[in-house]
Amino acid sequence: MKKKTILPTTLLLFTAFCLQIFACQPNVYQGGERIYTKYCANCHMDNGEGLSALIPTLAKSDFLAPNRDKLPCIILHGIKDTIVVNGKTYAEEMPAMPTLSDIQITNVLNFINSSWGNQQEPYKLEEVRALLERCP
Amino acid sequence: MKHSLVLLFAVALFASCGPQSKRSLPILGERDLSPSGDTIYRSVPDFSFVDQDSQAVTNATFAGKIYMVDFFFIHCPTICPKVKKNGLRLYEKYKNDDRVLMLSHSIDTKNDTVAALKRHAEKLDIDAKKWHLVTGDHDAIYGIADDYFSVAVVDKNVPGGFDHSGRIILVDKNRHVRAFCDGTNAEDVDRFMKDVDLLLEEQFPGGDKK
Repeated sequence: MKKKTILPTTLLLFTAFCLQIFACQPNVYQGGERIYTKYCANCHMDNGEGLSALIPTLAKSDFLAPNRDKLPCIILHGIKDTIVVNGKTYAEEMPAMPTLSDIQITNVLNFINSSWGNQQEPYKLEEVRALLERCP
Repeated sequence: MKHSLVLLFAVALFASCGPQSKRSLPILGERDLSPSGDTIYRSVPDFSFVDQDSQAVTNATFAGKIYMVDFFFIHCPTICPKVKKNGLRLYEKYKNDDRVLMLSHSIDTKNDTVAALKRHAEKLDIDAKKWHLVTGDHDAIYGIADDYFSVAVVDKNVPGGFDHSGRIILVDKNRHVRAFCDGTNAEDVDRFMKDVDLLLEEQFPGGDKK
């Protein structure tokens, strides 16, 4: 009888432990979060809300989904085009981040895509690599 | 004897609950002694800059007001947007209070022309009469940064080419620096707002908002 209960109890404890850890982490992309804090948050702010008509919001941004294939290149090379995000026009230049690796770009994109109410499909490293090779 | 001790204790206890002497903001910076022995506080020297509406901005602009100062440049890839974000919080809080003004100096005197500052102000949706974004003589701007205990240096090795502190500085009616905060830190700006309110109480005892 005693032996029979050990396995389920251990399993239960282990599951609870895992759930606990998962619940305590606001975002699973912690590497991406660190990159975001270092390279993006100065302008796009810690909560992704941007700044007035100067810097576009990333939180619940309608720019993310339709431009999925362009985002890795925008992060690496910056952007000079005028863009419209959530109905607002932005014409300021975003600087390039030439020191970021494809892994870092994947991580930061996945952080952004799963933060502040964003729920975009995560990028895979191969996908980002392929997109970066085709940057305009 | 015992009674008087209890009484003394009670009085002391009561006194400690009474109206506390109010916290007041110090006058920051160096001070000199006049020949008669009075303390003379260093004050912000005369200046003359031009704002986003091409209007001259001088000490006279701030006569009878308290004002907040910072240093920035438009194409700043580092701390400026966060300082501006917190600046906007201060702007929102005091925009209808005629006793308070704001002054941001561009330290990129080459690129941040009056037209560029105008465009920047429009994007921030701020009123030039409330929040002056100014440019002017390079040395005059870098010099006055010292007078406000802020830091501004040209440095090719930092992102954007200019190094500066993200401080927001509070100046009183008498051109004395009274407080400052780290403009990149929202919590420090919360504390700073209390300093601004305290200075308003001190310098406008009647609460004459308009």
